Amino acid sequence: MSEPRFAVGDRVRTRTVDPPHHTRLPRYARGQVGEVVEVQGRWPLADDRAQGFPDARVEPVYTIRFSATDLWGPPGGHWVQVELWESYLEVVP
Amino acid sequence: MSGHHSSSEIAVRVRRLEERLIGAGLTSDDQLDTIIGRVSSGSPANGARAVARAWVDPAFRERLLADGNEALEELGFSMSRGPQPQRFTVVENTPSRHNVLVCTLCSCYPISLLGPSPSWYKSEAYRARVVREPRAVLAEFGLELPADSEIVVHDTSAESRHMVLPMRPEGTAGLGEAELAALVTREGLIGTAAV
Repeated sequence: MSEPRFAVGDRVRTRTVDPPHHTRLPRYARGQVGEVVEVQGRWPLADDRAQGFPDARVEPVYTIRFSATDLWGPPGGHWVQVELWESYLEVVP
Repeated sequence: MSGHHSSSEIAVRVRRLEERLIGAGLTSDDQLDTIIGRVSSGSPANGARAVARAWVDPAFRERLLADGNEALEELGFSMSRGPQPQRFTVVENTPSRHNVLVCTLCSCYPISLLGPSPSWYKSEAYRARVVREPRAVLAEFGLELPADSEIVVHDTSAESRHMVLPMRPEGTAGLGEAELAALVTREGLIGTAAV
């Protein structure tokens, strides 16, 4: 099984997907840049499980911290932490 | 199931759904009873016990914050009795940092530690607003936070479940563990109230 692609402190961007099936990437957190604050472990990908795939992909899940200003614009002033599977995330160049 | 609502529309629908699922071989009476037993054995009193222990025992507090699942086993609780084991983390409130929990996608909640979730936790208003304007939402719950305190909203979107470790109230130095546990409210464990 491959090592987690991201580490604590990495900046990542969430995908801008709009899949026709269940996903656990909340809409408000799509296409956003955040920071990895924890590598939680590995779980079967919720999207695959919801579609009844017998061999759901097992992926690292990360806690990603977003600034409220990035998500919602000013005035911000808080953080939102969202827990996301690895395939929801892209490298920020 | 409570007998009081056995003829209500929702009870009839649930019964039909159960019959269809059991008929299709997707679940069984025993399996459903196990799940219902697990849900109904959960109570905020469980979370309160963990909090009170953390307040009186600094070494337990360290273990609880470092590995929630292992620390819970010390108290006889487990997050591994569901369909798949859940990771359990405890987030600590401090004078400068306040944590609050939500599940924006549905209603994920640490049932074995906190019992069934309150209806407002599942409401679209709470789920939509607390990630966007937590300070205003908390004020509506009666919790006014200092303007310079940092707020962290935890959206329970994957396989972890969380509990807030509230700050120990002033003036409780003489209280024992059971008395302290009695002070801890469900809202305190979710982060919509202080204790």
